Amino acid sequence: MGALQSLPDEPEYRDLSEKTGFSFEQIGILHKRFKQLSHNEDTLRRDDLNTIPDLACNPIRTQIIEAFFDKRNFHQNGEGTVQEISFEEFLVVMSHFRPPALNMTEEQRENIRREKLRFLFNMHDTDNDGTITLEEYRHVVEELLSRSGALGKETAKGIADAAMLEVASISVGHMEPDEFYEGITFEHFLKILKDIEIETRMNIRFLNMDTTNLCNDWRQERPQRQRFEWLERKT
Amino acid sequence: MSTMGGLGQMKLSVYFLTIGLVLLSLPCGSYTEIQSKPPGTVTALPPVKHAEGPQAFPDAEKSNLPVFTMNYLRIQVPFEVTLWVLLASFAKIGFHVYHKVTFWVPESCLLISIGLIVGAIMHSVHEEPPAVLSSNVFFLYMLPPIVLESGYFMPTRPFFENVGTVLWFAVVGTLWNSIGIGMSLYAVCQIEAFEVQDINLQENLLFATIISAVDPVAVLSVFEDVSVNEQLYIVVFGECLFNDAVTVVLYNMFNFVADMPEVEPVDVFLGVARFFVVGMGGLGFGVIFGFVASFTTRFTSNVREIEPLFIFMYSYLAYLVAELFSISSIMAIVTCALTMKYYVEENVSQRSCTTIRHVVKMLGTISETLIFFFLGVVTITTEHEWNWGYIMFTLLFAFVWRGLGVLVLTQIINPFRTIPFNFKDQFILGYGGLRGAISFALVFTLPDSIGRKKLFVTTTICMIMFTVFIQGISIRPLIEFINVRRTNRNLDTINVEIHSRLMEHTIAGVEDLCGQWSHYYWKDKFLKFNNRILRKILIRDNRAESSIVALYKKLELQNAVEILDTVSGDINAAPSIVSLHKEKKGSGKPKRKFVAADLRNMHDILSKNMYNIRQRTTAYTTKHSLPNDSQTKEILIRRHTSIRRSLRPGSFHGPDEAKSQKYFSLPSGKSLDSKFPPQRLRHTGNGDDVTMSEVDYPSARSRFDQPSRSSSRAMLPLRRLNTLKEMPSSSVVDLVDERSGGRGAWGRGMSRLNSSSSDSRIPAPRRRHDPSNGPGNGSSGDHRPEGEEQQPLSPTPAWAAEPGDRDDSGTQKPLLMPQWNTRKPQNP
Repeated sequence: MGALQSLPDEPEYRDLSEKTGFSFEQIGILHKRFKQLSHNEDTLRRDDLNTIPDLACNPIRTQIIEAFFDKRNFHQNGEGTVQEISFEEFLVVMSHFRPPALNMTEEQRENIRREKLRFLFNMHDTDNDGTITLEEYRHVVEELLSRSGALGKETAKGIADAAMLEVASISVGHMEPDEFYEGITFEHFLKILKDIEIETRMNIRFLNMDTTNLCNDWRQERPQRQRFEWLERKT
Repeated sequence: MSTMGGLGQMKLSVYFLTIGLVLLSLPCGSYTEIQSKPPGTVTALPPVKHAEGPQAFPDAEKSNLPVFTMNYLRIQVPFEVTLWVLLASFAKIGFHVYHKVTFWVPESCLLISIGLIVGAIMHSVHEEPPAVLSSNVFFLYMLPPIVLESGYFMPTRPFFENVGTVLWFAVVGTLWNSIGIGMSLYAVCQIEAFEVQDINLQENLLFATIISAVDPVAVLSVFEDVSVNEQLYIVVFGECLFNDAVTVVLYNMFNFVADMPEVEPVDVFLGVARFFVVGMGGLGFGVIFGFVASFTTRFTSNVREIEPLFIFMYSYLAYLVAELFSISSIMAIVTCALTMKYYVEENVSQRSCTTIRHVVKMLGTISETLIFFFLGVVTITTEHEWNWGYIMFTLLFAFVWRGLGVLVLTQIINPFRTIPFNFKDQFILGYGGLRGAISFALVFTLPDSIGRKKLFVTTTICMIMFTVFIQGISIRPLIEFINVRRTNRNLDTINVEIHSRLMEHTIAGVEDLCGQWSHYYWKDKFLKFNNRILRKILIRDNRAESSIVALYKKLELQNAVEILDTVSGDINAAPSIVSLHKEKKGSGKPKRKFVAADLRNMHDILSKNMYNIRQRTTAYTTKHSLPNDSQTKEILIRRHTSIRRSLRPGSFHGPDEAKSQKYFSLPSGKSLDSKFPPQRLRHTGNGDDVTMSEVDYPSARSRFDQPSRSSSRAMLPLRRLNTLKEMPSSSVVDLVDERSGGRGAWGRGMSRLNSSSSDSRIPAPRRRHDPSNGPGNGSSGDHRPEGEEQQPLSPTPAWAAEPGDRDDSGTQKPLLMPQWNTRKPQNP
């Protein structure tokens, strides 16, 4: 199977495994998927991800895809975006969603927490200035609500504004009249989301078993079907 | 009602009843027979004998028309049932007088205790033990409400996320327990010293099945109190629900087998086959009836009064039909409830929805209360067969096998879970295996052909007492002590809501990206199917925001009325964006950042409209208290409407833009003064209450304000009045347009403010109040007239202390509440 075929790269896998914490099997599967997405190229471009049919109905698709091309998510202290990513970077981004170990120390938990929240934070903070400004926040909320049609934009704005105020009130508390709340910094972000147990929730159970084959047939025929439907609707 | 009728057949004659009887008979002179006897002897009479009373009576005065007659026999059954239910309900009221009691001692313990007392009284007056439960009464009348309740209030999202684990524990766990305990007990029975050699394997298995039905009502309520983590909660919840089903199936099977002289291997296979047929059949019937019920409610919009009835009738029908074919009726009613809940609640009106929830909750609670209550009574009044060995070994085995089962089963299921159970979870899972109502009822309805029925009854009662009292009481301290992973369920900030959503979508997206589908994949598939086909068939108004829109129309009317009479009460629930400011400004210690109501309103919007790969259930429903979200939701949406209404005037006219902003900010103050100048101030002075009120005001103002304000600004008030009137008939589009207009105005205002400072920054909330300080107050001139106008109107304008604030408040729209500041200090 796929995982077995790619076993020759074992030393490489070992590096990756140490770096990202995935098991060999998982890396094998993800590698296969990577190849599938990139059409057997060594790198992945935005277009490759944009064409994933399942992603099409995800309201924050662009943010998710951007996250994969965001240097900040590569653990390398980089900034800005890249045009294409290698498998290693793909894995590193994925590793943000690794479930935590069963037993961890408080410190580890906190680190995992920070890391996961940082990922979310980066999704908001598109201009990478360390704060989520109102505009950025609004944008995300709008996207989140974009599926709802009528209630969309204006409501989203209202919610984003209210949420921003909430952040201001939680994180700053008492403000002087001439102060501005400039935006959510990461510290504030941690503070407002301290109740949400991100370390137990933002996880994906990466399979050790290869399921891509199962889904392959379906996956290949589906884009056409969708396109067809879409056409039908138009006419 | 059916419960009562059924219960009546039990011919309960209770001490309580006697008192009632005596009281009743006092005024009745001719009813001498009873009156003359002391209560003690009266109760000894079988109820049937009362029949003599009315018969004797005509003898006394045969010729004349009786002026006063009594016919107890006629009403006996419902009468006694009513008294029983009342007594149990009184007991429940009693417990909740002292909250501390129910905090430390589970309610089931208290109910049993009361039952014990009543039983003792009955025993002391030589009352015959009431034949509390017959098999039919229990299975046809008492069990359905209990399972319907559990099924209906099952938190859907966590359940489906953990469905594998739940079923694993419910099915395999119950089998494990039944067989394990049964075999072990059979082994013990071989020991001569215990003198129970006559219990054969089948009977042991039957008994073990009864014993292995866990019913952790008490545990669940503790779980909710300490908000133990979601996974643990739902597994316990689901396990207790589905293992009832499994237990009943096994019970019927073993009951049948116990009669058979010898069991052949074929029968074992047949039994396994039957097990699946019964389970799957129940599932199928449940789904079918669920869909039929949903489909029916599509057409009930003109007969709202009987809407809730369909839900009960269909569930009950599912149950009865399943019984008819001897398939798992519990399974049927549970799946029926699960299936229809989602669709029905969208179809029926809010009121019907509330009614359904209340009635389901009520019936379930009554049934359960009665069973626990009877348990206490029966413990005293029934004949027991005490056998130390058997009872002690049962306790031991039940405990050991439960513990072992949890350990082993978790080891197997853990690799398949995203978040595995750790040892603490497992311990609580095992320790939370309380036995309860189902076990008791099952053992009590055992056929008399079972030789050692009395011993079984005694052992079961011991088992229940032991687990409910000892484990039930100790589990709360234990959870606290070993510090089980908890979930913070008070996630009532908008940010948390938004980010949970964001996170969920991200996960879904990344899952799609890496091409691995676990149950999310199937969920997604189902949702698509659901949206494309099921919803279209089953739901009348198949639009995402349909319920909201429907509410608008209704609430527009209600709102106006309600503001009049429920001033203080409703104020608490009104959301406000402004509150934020006020708090910050006022006390400097923002205890609650946001008004819960407002938040939930936002949550509502979020959850209704977001791409819902993952539907969130808003809250757990406690087993014994109703989830009250429907009502709050209604209130919230109403607030929402009023916010919108307040925005509306501004949205129409360009020139009005400034007004609209001001309107947003001012309404609180204005409406306050104009409507309830003096009391309002007092009301709002109370802590949190203050924060929530302003949304109400716009509407209040629109009504009351008008005369006073018309002089200065005729246009605004008029418009507002119009909106009130036109709303009920206005179409969806209207609402949306108006709202968006309003929002737009707000947004524009904001952006203006923002641009003045630094691009895209949000000014400090405080800032909004004081636009004069900042560049944002371009339109303040506009508002001034209003502010001035108000001042004379209000006797004690709060903002008098801060005139600066008041002036510009207009620009700051929603956020600002100058008037509140002064009031805040008055907080008690």
